Amino acid sequence: MDDLATIRSEALDAVQAAADLGALEAARVAALGKKGSVTGLMKTLGGLAPEQRKDFGARVNQLKGEIEAALEARKGSLSASALEARLVAEKIDVTLPARPEGQGTLHPIGQVMDEIGAIFGEMGFTWADGPDIEDDWHNFTALNIPPDHPARQMQDTFYLPPRADGTPMVLRTHTSPVQARTMLGKDVQKRLADGGSLRIIVPGRTFRIDSDATHTPMFHQVEGLVIDRTTHMGHLKGCLVDFCRAFFEVDDLPLRFRPSYFPFTEPSAEVDIGCSWKDGELKIGAGDSWLEILGSGMVHPNVIANCGLDPAVYQGFAFGMGIDRIAMLKYGIPDLRAFFDADLRWLRHYGFSALETPSLTGGLGR
Amino acid sequence: MKFTLSWLKEHLETDATLVEVRDTLTMLGLEVESLTDPAEALKGFVVGYVVEAVQHPNADRLRVCKVDTGGTVVQVVCGAPNARTGMKGIFAPTGSYIPGTGITLKASKIRGEESNGMLCSSRELQLGDDHSGIIDLPAEAVTGQSAAEALGLGDAVIEIKVTPNRGDCLGVHGIARDLAAAGLGTLKPVKADAIKGTYASPIKWTHDYAPAPDSPCPIVVGRHFRGVKNGPSPDWLQRRLKAIGLRPISALVDITNLVTFDLNRPLHVFDAAKLSGDLVMRQARDGEQILALDGKTYTLDPAVSVIADTRGVHGIGGIMGGEETGVQESTTEVFLEAAYFQPIGIAASGRKLGILSDARYRNERGIDPESCWWGAEVATRLILDLCGGECSELVSSGVMPNWQRSYGLRTDRVKTLTGIEVSAAETASILTKLGFGVEGSGPWTASVPSWRPDIVGEADLVEEVTRVFGFDKIPTTSLPPVSTMSRPVRDPLQRRTPQARRALAARGMNEAVTWSFLPLKKAERFGGGGADVRLLNSIDATLDTMRPSILPNLIDAASRNEARGLSDPALFEVGPQYKDATPQGQRTVAAGIRHNMAVPRNWAGPARTVDAFDAKADALAVLGAIGAPDTLSSQPGAPNWYHPGRSGALKLGDRVMAYFGELHPEIVAAADLKGPVAAFEVFLDAAPLPKAKATKARPKLVLSALQPLERDFAFLVDSGVEAEKLVRAARNADKVMITAARVFDLYAGKGVPEGKKSLAIAVTLQPVERTLTDAEIEAVSGKIVAAVAKATGAVLRG
Repeated sequence: MDDLATIRSEALDAVQAAADLGALEAARVAALGKKGSVTGLMKTLGGLAPEQRKDFGARVNQLKGEIEAALEARKGSLSASALEARLVAEKIDVTLPARPEGQGTLHPIGQVMDEIGAIFGEMGFTWADGPDIEDDWHNFTALNIPPDHPARQMQDTFYLPPRADGTPMVLRTHTSPVQARTMLGKDVQKRLADGGSLRIIVPGRTFRIDSDATHTPMFHQVEGLVIDRTTHMGHLKGCLVDFCRAFFEVDDLPLRFRPSYFPFTEPSAEVDIGCSWKDGELKIGAGDSWLEILGSGMVHPNVIANCGLDPAVYQGFAFGMGIDRIAMLKYGIPDLRAFFDADLRWLRHYGFSALETPSLTGGLGR
Repeated sequence: MKFTLSWLKEHLETDATLVEVRDTLTMLGLEVESLTDPAEALKGFVVGYVVEAVQHPNADRLRVCKVDTGGTVVQVVCGAPNARTGMKGIFAPTGSYIPGTGITLKASKIRGEESNGMLCSSRELQLGDDHSGIIDLPAEAVTGQSAAEALGLGDAVIEIKVTPNRGDCLGVHGIARDLAAAGLGTLKPVKADAIKGTYASPIKWTHDYAPAPDSPCPIVVGRHFRGVKNGPSPDWLQRRLKAIGLRPISALVDITNLVTFDLNRPLHVFDAAKLSGDLVMRQARDGEQILALDGKTYTLDPAVSVIADTRGVHGIGGIMGGEETGVQESTTEVFLEAAYFQPIGIAASGRKLGILSDARYRNERGIDPESCWWGAEVATRLILDLCGGECSELVSSGVMPNWQRSYGLRTDRVKTLTGIEVSAAETASILTKLGFGVEGSGPWTASVPSWRPDIVGEADLVEEVTRVFGFDKIPTTSLPPVSTMSRPVRDPLQRRTPQARRALAARGMNEAVTWSFLPLKKAERFGGGGADVRLLNSIDATLDTMRPSILPNLIDAASRNEARGLSDPALFEVGPQYKDATPQGQRTVAAGIRHNMAVPRNWAGPARTVDAFDAKADALAVLGAIGAPDTLSSQPGAPNWYHPGRSGALKLGDRVMAYFGELHPEIVAAADLKGPVAAFEVFLDAAPLPKAKATKARPKLVLSALQPLERDFAFLVDSGVEAEKLVRAARNADKVMITAARVFDLYAGKGVPEGKKSLAIAVTLQPVERTLTDAEIEAVSGKIVAAVAKATGAVLRG
């Protein structure tokens, strides 16, 4: 009997004394292992009288259960403190910086093009492209600017060597040649003949010999063109009012249409937006001043005819707007030349995040 | 085009204010660029009469003046040496802002004497440099009158921007006509009464070519004057010219300038005594020279029309007269020229000769051909009035060009083209006021006045009616929707540009926009610079050739940033590059560079410089974003601006989708960049467009319930063997079960024989119907080893 009590107390003491899981396992083996003290007691059972065996067996089994419970309890407590110790040991300095990652940005020109696309897309326009290196027919002649017309002096043009057939080649001075390229398209002609309409925007690079504080030899324009049978100047005004208000995000932005002259439109209008100046800072919106932002008009009948359409049937409007300019106005960017300098400080300051995709419902500008 | 308000009022009977004139001009399409009203700056300044000027009791150089300012007498302490009793000067009361000094006057005591205001010098009023004393007005000046009026400054100067189609508004009369049509007053007719000559002109006009309506100079009119006295022109004329920035020269020259700006009628006057025989209008002979009035000698050719006598050329027709026969103070005999030239010829000659003159400016925009006659009469009146003498009969040569024409205007055309409702009466009235002959009551036939060469059709008539009626009356009509559904504004190919841009920005790169041109040398180094893409008239040699690649511009940008201390730039641009001058030669490319450190020094791990695989990852990210297929192969071989051993191409079949790699060290060195540069160029148009499908539904996703397993293989292979070849062989060893294979280790060195490398791959097996048995796994492994061995000669590493 004493034996049992001794084994019990030794085993339980060993469990209690185990300082870690290893010592606990040793305690388990010492008691319940193949050669353990409790296992040893079990082995003695066979040599006992049946009467004794039943009673003693029950007591050994109880002892085994007791030790197992103690082991389990001790294991739980040891794991908890081991985890605790580990957590303490694993503490880090969370104020250290995250691993370095470049912060990418998008250039305002592309961002503003996307904004323009979002607004005009909603009005049923599609995006059209054309080459930057143009022949003078598309850049001038088709647009009712015949050779030697004084209007060709309005645009100081970069020339490239003429094509083999003698056609003069230029860097397009405006995005307007894409008007002609699009109208001349067979599918467009068919769509119009079927009573459909043409609505395009042409954002892109344009070039003029000009280099000073406010001009760069390359800049960006967006052309707009609507052709059908009934679109009139009121639609031009409505379209541009809708655009400017959406773009500048000013609900009551006033627009002023002034008569002007462009060879490819008749009547022609320059468009101003309302603004005010306070302490040298420009505010776009109803005010006491006007700011010219674009040229526009009803497509000249000669242009429509040059593009293979009957001006007695078809009419529509066109406009051209400086993308860099409206980007500067909207985002308060002071210097045009800096657009093309790729100074990282500028790109980071005026740039946009990759995830800022402009849309009318998701928000246009930051 | 500059003019003054009082000048305008010589042509326009009006009570309109300056502000009304300004706003109406702008809304007529004659945009007011500047408006200076000298009266504004001198508001409150009046003529003061010095009742008494006595010595200041406490200062030798000062005087105490009692000044009558028109009713009240104030005391002013004045330091001007010429201040004296009885004089009249310009008085600025207390509170006035003195433009010349920037000081606002305050009542003060000067050495004990009260001073309320000031008597001003010319410089203080910014009217001149004179500061030797105060302005001494003539005795007739009216005490109390406004200073601006007394000084003859009351006249506001207006400058308008005249569009190239509106040559008729390069004369004040034409501007007045537009204003009158817009309801701002009544146009006064030009006084051009025919003046009878008292003798036959000793000089006649002739043409060297058959005069025809479309010849370079269809018609020229002239007149001889004798007994004239040239000299300074009268004050009113000098003032008028000065007000618009012209320098008065002599009465005869000033008269021609006046008529030019007043009536858009350029004229020329010859000193008739210096001419020999008749004047002929002819083409210049090749190499013929003329010393022109601007003091420069021009060499001419037959494209230029000239005026010549028997001795030589004395004028570049419609552009500038000759110095030798110009009028002088001593001139007594004059021959007047009023001609009409074809605008195109003037524009071409003027451009070629590089002469900018008021005559060229007007003649190339097209003046009123009829003004040859009436302009000569206007000039005659002025010459006789201002210079005396007598005039001959008019002489002329040639025929009047056919300017008469008319166009129909449909009744509803203004409405259908502009959306504005203008009544029939109003339409006719506007056109009539602009000088059109109008027939009918809608539809109309409008005959175009001789001074409006720009009107060539119905649309022009619509513009005339609407701009005078008012562009502010154009309705604001939103475009009707084309369909009930919004559609993408860009097509799938166009959408690749924003996709590429956003993918690269998301990878930490900064988007730049750089010039489409670069220096020829760089173009040549990057595979371009053909003759057809070199600008004929570049602004400078650094921007003379269309770029064959975006990279050189980005490399330059990286250098600039490094020079500013901005390290490790990662820049990209999505834009055009130009192989040749054809539309097909222009491609949209997403190009980028990363310089020096891919991972900068940091506490958490090693720093790392950029290499070809950074560029490869960028290129693959773009290709992924634009929807390129994932069956691309990468192969060595990129253009020679890349490092030959550290660059490659991403291809779909034989088609190059992108190049990537390290830049050639020579290019890096030339850009003065320290450390490697990884670069890529992705051709956004190269990847095939997905086939148009009826729906956007994706293919059905089949998910296996069985767990995939991964097996590793380490192969020993010749070091020249490409990893992709080995991986592909493994991948294709069993097309059913093997779903992926990837390289996870590359080793060469100790333990690996010379000329060999160890390449370890992990292969993913996906059981199809049931869990694989060991034997099955063994069988697949055997197939993999055999396939790799066959394709590459690799053996499983022991």
